Amino acid sequence: MNAVNSTAFKRALLIAPLPLLLALLYGLPLAGVIGWSVTLPTPGLEQYRQVVTDPSIRDMLLRTLRLCLSSTVLAVAIGYLLSYCWVFASRPWQRVVEIAVFVPMWISVLVRAFGWLIALGNEGILNTLLMSVGLIHGPVQMTRNEFAVVVGMVHFMVPYAVFPLSSSMRQIDRRTLLAARGLGAGGLRTFWAVLVPQTLPGLLGAFLIVFVFCLGFFITPAILGGGQTTMIAEYVYLQMFQTNNWGLGAALSVVLLAFIGLMAALLMWASRVNKLVR
Amino acid sequence: MDAKHTGHMSRSMAVFAIGFLLFPLLAVVPVSFTSKRYLSMPEGHWSLRHYAALFSSSDWMSSIVQSVLVAACASVIATVLAVTFSVGVWYVRSRIAKAMVALVLVPMVIPPVISAMVLYFMETKLGSWMPSAGYDTLPGVVIAHIVVITPYCVVTMLVALSPLDRRIELAARNLGAGLAQTTFMVVLPNLKLAIASTFFLGLALSWEEISVTLFVTSVNVNTVPRHIWTDLRDNISPGVAAISVLLLALTTAVLLGRMAVQHLAARRQTTH
Repeated sequence: MNAVNSTAFKRALLIAPLPLLLALLYGLPLAGVIGWSVTLPTPGLEQYRQVVTDPSIRDMLLRTLRLCLSSTVLAVAIGYLLSYCWVFASRPWQRVVEIAVFVPMWISVLVRAFGWLIALGNEGILNTLLMSVGLIHGPVQMTRNEFAVVVGMVHFMVPYAVFPLSSSMRQIDRRTLLAARGLGAGGLRTFWAVLVPQTLPGLLGAFLIVFVFCLGFFITPAILGGGQTTMIAEYVYLQMFQTNNWGLGAALSVVLLAFIGLMAALLMWASRVNKLVR
Repeated sequence: MDAKHTGHMSRSMAVFAIGFLLFPLLAVVPVSFTSKRYLSMPEGHWSLRHYAALFSSSDWMSSIVQSVLVAACASVIATVLAVTFSVGVWYVRSRIAKAMVALVLVPMVIPPVISAMVLYFMETKLGSWMPSAGYDTLPGVVIAHIVVITPYCVVTMLVALSPLDRRIELAARNLGAGLAQTTFMVVLPNLKLAIASTFFLGLALSWEEISVTLFVTSVNVNTVPRHIWTDLRDNISPGVAAISVLLLALTTAVLLGRMAVQHLAARRQTTH
């Protein structure tokens, strides 16, 4: 009996350090940040009142939603296309898609943003190309604006869309696609009426994951937006390190966290509903 | 005929998507070889001057040394934590252990900017007790990176542990091995490649970490990503292009190494 207990104890000793460490280094400070949001600069809900009523913050939040939604839709669409080729195309094609998805994913976010800065710059490759073709006569401003931010975020998020989408496509019985073709449905009809409905859980998952990621990251928007298109995460950074307004930064973080918690709950609920249907 | 048509359409669209994904990475390469002092295309005069400048710059060299130090320490500690935790969970496999896993993975879903703020809070508090390990110190950055990368390491370990045959543990126990013997002589040797891949993952994640690093450092610590960030915000020089190309090469190499390790692991599993 004693031996069993001591084994159980030793096993618990293996498990314990990491959760304890994270509780100390992450859990407690998280509580501290939430505390900041109601104590800095003065105790009370002033920071939250500001989040709700300040027109410039409202503009910033609306811009965040708009940019994140458009980036998410584009990233999921491109991800869907790539997942389709990754799962259903021939071997060599699968390899090419795999490399195209994995290599950028592992490249530093800074290098990727910098790459777009070069590619989209006034004397960049895209402008040069468009001018030599004759589509445009002078360089078009394509960086330091919302367009660049969306391009950069879509580029960053495509791999994260590909994973849930391709895993839901792998679960599909391929014979349903063949059956549709056999019954005379065209390619597009098969796509919309057979493939898309079966991948709805994956689509929803990809959409929520990408959207949540978009809300939270600030490196790409900060570099490609050039200060004109501040989104919530960059706003938090500026509040903390440029205006020293820690309470407001913390309050915005809490709002963001609550919103993301809501999305996560939605994702869990949606996946359970799906299990019920099956 | 029809089937080939759709295949053709989706494939030609996919070519655009693949181009889109690789375009910005390839765009960096020629710029790094320009002979001019400012950011431009080489236009016939290819030069290595920006690479040479990089290696003779004490600023960049100290950034590289700091990044290597931080990534090495953070990934070793994160790997140890992830391995002990995951193996413990694998032994116990109770409901509490599963809840622990969920809890440990929470930092992964929290946006980096919030994690950064939380860790900034932690480091300033830690710094008031232990100035040498708090805000804007190398140990401080290592601690912050450990918190950020360990959940990813745990996921890798758990994935590797799930197909491991539980009977090897029972066999070892029946033969009289204690927990330490079972762990070190039976379980861990079966996980060598998984541990290596966990370590590489941690190394790559820590080496590239920027969001949290930005919040917990100011003047004393300047990792490579932080250095790039400052350059991108102040004045973009072709030096950034040169370091970017080096990072591209390094990341690709690490990625290939990891793929080779996985390939080996897969081959081992099929031959055993």
